[in-house]
Amino acid sequence: MSFLPTDEQRAFARSLDAMLCASDTPAAVRAWAGGDPGPGRALWGRLAEAGVWALAVPEAYDGVGPLPVELAHAFVELGRHAVPGPVVETVATAVLLGELARLGEPGPAKRLLPGLASGEWTATLAIAGPESERHPVPYALDADRADAVLVVRGEELWRAHGHGPVEVSADPARRLARPAPGGELLAEGTAVAVAAGHARRLATLATAAQSLGVGRALLDRTVAYARQRTQFGTPIGAFQAVKHRLADTLLALEFAGPLVFGAAVTSAEGDVAAAKVAAGEAGYAAARTALQIHGAVGYTEELDLSLWLRKARPLRDAWGDPAACRAAVLGACS
Amino acid sequence: MDLSYTRTEEAFRAEAREWLRDHVPVVPLVSLETAEGFAAHRAWEAELAAARWSVVSWPEEYGGRGVDLARWLVFEEEYWAAGAPGRVSQNGVQLLAPTLFDHGTEEQRARVLPSMATGETIWAQAWSEPEAGSDLASLTSRAVRTDGGWLLSGQKTWSSRAAFADRAFGVFRSDPAADRPHRGLTYLMFDLRAPGVTVRPIGRLDGKPAFAELFLDEVFVPDEDVIGEPGQGWRIAMSTTGNERGLMLRSPGRFLAAADRLVRLWRAEGDPADSALRDRVADAVIGARAYRLFTAGAAARLATGAPSGAESSLNKVFWSEYDLALHETALDLLGAEGELADGAWAEGYVFALAGPLYAGTNEIQRDIIAERLLGLPKGRR
Repeated sequence: MSFLPTDEQRAFARSLDAMLCASDTPAAVRAWAGGDPGPGRALWGRLAEAGVWALAVPEAYDGVGPLPVELAHAFVELGRHAVPGPVVETVATAVLLGELARLGEPGPAKRLLPGLASGEWTATLAIAGPESERHPVPYALDADRADAVLVVRGEELWRAHGHGPVEVSADPARRLARPAPGGELLAEGTAVAVAAGHARRLATLATAAQSLGVGRALLDRTVAYARQRTQFGTPIGAFQAVKHRLADTLLALEFAGPLVFGAAVTSAEGDVAAAKVAAGEAGYAAARTALQIHGAVGYTEELDLSLWLRKARPLRDAWGDPAACRAAVLGACS
Repeated sequence: MDLSYTRTEEAFRAEAREWLRDHVPVVPLVSLETAEGFAAHRAWEAELAAARWSVVSWPEEYGGRGVDLARWLVFEEEYWAAGAPGRVSQNGVQLLAPTLFDHGTEEQRARVLPSMATGETIWAQAWSEPEAGSDLASLTSRAVRTDGGWLLSGQKTWSSRAAFADRAFGVFRSDPAADRPHRGLTYLMFDLRAPGVTVRPIGRLDGKPAFAELFLDEVFVPDEDVIGEPGQGWRIAMSTTGNERGLMLRSPGRFLAAADRLVRLWRAEGDPADSALRDRVADAVIGARAYRLFTAGAAARLATGAPSGAESSLNKVFWSEYDLALHETALDLLGAEGELADGAWAEGYVFALAGPLYAGTNEIQRDIIAERLLGLPKGRR
């Protein structure tokens, strides 16, 4: 057992970080939220060049995956830089179609996967719950911007034609819409349900990794602020109350990280759920800390900090909220 | 990133599991914080040592098996999963022994380690003083030079296991004229039954004498019981505090086993409609796994030769708060029964209450995390 990233994984994460640092992602996030998807799509293309989307696509369809550990590394960086768009949903769709192909249903994979691997297309995905739920079909993220809107209903995979009204999330860079009913039936049978299970786990894992990256970005920015902001003649970061809150924020992130990568290694339901609880809560706790320590300036839309502050809570609840994931953890205990 | 075990590790696990299955006492031993229980736990250490399971990570010449950190973690998982007794020799094994490996002489290791491995000599630590707790470097107990050795005088306190232990180790002020508080300190070993030593047991919250005060009045310590150079005691002591705070003191195996026990208790006693309590049980499972994986990463880094530094403060805060939360959840599952002092979780709860206090309070650990890991400025404590 050597539970450390390989040199290649480390180098991959570093190069993504460097590329995103140079890409002015805050401007792309603001444009995405403000109605101009152009800079976000350009960013998408650069992530494709870096090989991010191919990580979720099997080799037979121009990818290199699925590689969950590499995807987890990538999604930490996507979270750290608040990259907008249906990033989780695109890789989950890729895993769904790849798995369907493996189970003997290669049709949808042939049509869609090469475009997803190359970054030419984006996809979003909604996996319906039981009909008894009030909204059995959940929102699909960025359904108005995605090239393919896929919906799983039980053992049926549909490509929706269109969507309901676009509603803005508490994070304005997340645009929510329910897929239109009907559309094109892409596949049906037990394979669809099995593949959807894989896709859901991957989506949960990727969201957990993204939460971790969001939390790290919030902590880094807040530590920098606490070192530079002076009150009572001293940097506020020298005060124990501030220090201890930041220490607890680091602690939660440091213990969530191994759960995320451990879940990427095993892909087991209970491990993925545990990672989601820990990373989602740690990311959200980092947001609360960041807001408190920045004070009033942190409560402004104008400060870029808001791009991460508003993302932490929706990510905590997307693709498995804490209560559902805690129940899944216990359900998977032998 | 890999979480699989090698064939060697699996074989080692199987061997440990089999031995423990045949030898772990069926009836739990009496608390090691009582005279009777201390003796029983000492005898258990001898039984472990006879089969070379007491100090598996030590070299064979001192009674160990020379296994690496990865196999030590495997052993700990099996040990706690088997419901085996607490380790009465822990202070010596986790704190003094690493110090001797790093800073002791060959002669000291040969003299001290074998009887530590068998439990024949149980060691207590003598760090804190009435006026030197978190500010340990301000300690005032003295070591004064004499013919062939040193004379120790002063008062040590909160000395874990000292009520029943045989020997102790600690840091004493040997050069009162040194320019900084942490200079001029010397690390020594001494006999708790030597002339001039008075041991006053202290009852912890449940009344058991888990620690003691030590009054020292010109206690003679020969030169051979000084570890490292006189005056270097602080540096030597700090070089192994990582062990006390980190994974060596509280292995993940202990918490994985405790979380399993908690899940069983929840299945037996829990109200399925009480989702708040269910969530806390889930958090105990998640926390044990997080600690296991965090430790697996730390062990892999140590195996590459990276030093263990301020990261051990993360461990210490995590496991101490985790352990307490886990026991509180267990008591809540027991409802009104949780109050009973002889309950199955009661002693563990009392023990867990001390976790955030010893081995450096969690406030001190958070200062270390903030200053050394986050780079925040030093300030008044």
